[in-house]
Amino acid sequence: MAKITYVEHNGSEHVIDVKNGLSVMEGAVKNNIPGIDADCGGACACATCHVYVDAAWQSKTGEKSAMEESMLDFAENVEDNSRLSCQIKVSDDLDGLIVRMPESQH
Amino acid sequence: MSAAAHVVILGAGHAGGTAAALLRQYGFEGPITLVGEEPIPPYQRPPLSKAWLKGEADADSLALKPLEFYAEHNIDFRASTTATSLDRAAKTVALSDGSQVSYDALIIATGARAIALPIPGAELAGVMFLRTAADAAHLKEAVGPGKRLAVVGGGYIGLEVAASGRALGAEVVVLERETRLLARVACETLSTFFKQVHEQHGVTFELGASVTGFVGKDGRVTGVTLADGRTIACDAVVVGVGAHPNDEIAKAAGLETARGVVVDLDARTSDPAIYAIGDVAHRPMPIYGRMFRMESVPNALEGAKQAASAIAGRPQPAGEVPWQWSDQYDLKLQIAGYAFDVDEILVRGDPASAKFAVFHLKGDLVQSVEAINSPPEFMMGKQLIGARRPVSKQRLADPTISMKEVAA
Repeated sequence: MAKITYVEHNGSEHVIDVKNGLSVMEGAVKNNIPGIDADCGGACACATCHVYVDAAWQSKTGEKSAMEESMLDFAENVEDNSRLSCQIKVSDDLDGLIVRMPESQH
Repeated sequence: MSAAAHVVILGAGHAGGTAAALLRQYGFEGPITLVGEEPIPPYQRPPLSKAWLKGEADADSLALKPLEFYAEHNIDFRASTTATSLDRAAKTVALSDGSQVSYDALIIATGARAIALPIPGAELAGVMFLRTAADAAHLKEAVGPGKRLAVVGGGYIGLEVAASGRALGAEVVVLERETRLLARVACETLSTFFKQVHEQHGVTFELGASVTGFVGKDGRVTGVTLADGRTIACDAVVVGVGAHPNDEIAKAAGLETARGVVVDLDARTSDPAIYAIGDVAHRPMPIYGRMFRMESVPNALEGAKQAASAIAGRPQPAGEVPWQWSDQYDLKLQIAGYAFDVDEILVRGDPASAKFAVFHLKGDLVQSVEAINSPPEFMMGKQLIGARRPVSKQRLADPTISMKEVAA
């Protein structure tokens, strides 16, 4: 279990306990948090679950796969700390994780 | 719409379930009734032919929201229930459990159903469709090492089932009426490519095969008969030959229909209190200057956004470029747009490398792109389709020039 803080683009914060094994995207979607669309349901096919990972957490959230990197390369408002949240698996190590959402997923 | 208004959603698939959730995200506070034919709350269907079938995803992970979400958000989820009639004058819907609900806004999200083959033996046990979680559970029982699976229809569902069947150790034969796979939905380059890949994974094909019936023993299918007189022995059959919109209730109520329920850019039908979304909707697609009906998750989500936005009084989402995806073996296929009015097909990259994209052009405009293991081509192609911006065909055809440079 990890407590994850999802911050919408307008600053609204949602603190959610997410079960180990789910993705950071699933934690948001199953709790109906706005701002993470996840159109493809986690197939790494759409880049609509884009988040910014706070600097302190970047090493703990793992490396981007070539596929994720490639999808992100063409998403909007991409920064160095951009990730697709469907590709980050939740574990105890991510307890306290903070992710912020871009203005739009499209 | 006032805060106390009652929204009734007919159909609890991806479209209906998403519409309910988005209404709450958008701040709509009135009661919502979500009526679903299946016994379980809304879930993702795409994994049924892929991750779920292969045992890589469970029922919980497929659910759009946990069951308790609905009660917690004042969404009255009625499982195993269908609408039997719609009275537009009284604004009421009669349900199969004998109850009646009244609505201020109604969303028809009844989806589509698998087309059955009107041939002898179609009722035999082991002749299946793949549409619902229950269908998928039956299929999962029927495939495994040594089992022989016949797939009728070489479309995306058929091919995904074939790939998953092979992964589970079954022998798989695909029977297709046309002389190539994906004949209705993809170009010849892609058809040839997918056939080769599936053959490399041990799938066999019968193209130009006219299925005339199913034969069985003790009520269970044992073979598929073809017009040329042969019988293909099998233990199970999946029929994937297309779907038909569930628009009967709309038709009976006098709503305008074409190849589905006709809607505008708000997903609103010819009755201003009624919306139609997802597989059942026949909707305008301004970038192509025409209306059509689509069967895809992105289409379901778009309709849900449109209807929820209209009901909650929010601005409509920006116009989308339709897209879809398919996973087979280690291939990721991503498709953007539809190949309308195409006068040229251009292949970027080498199909032999299993990393290439097929662009469908109308003059120098991209109408659609089919990308195999090629996210840049998909992502940039999608943007080019939406922007209606001309491209240099010469540069597009040259994979040494990056997609960003092609689009620059």
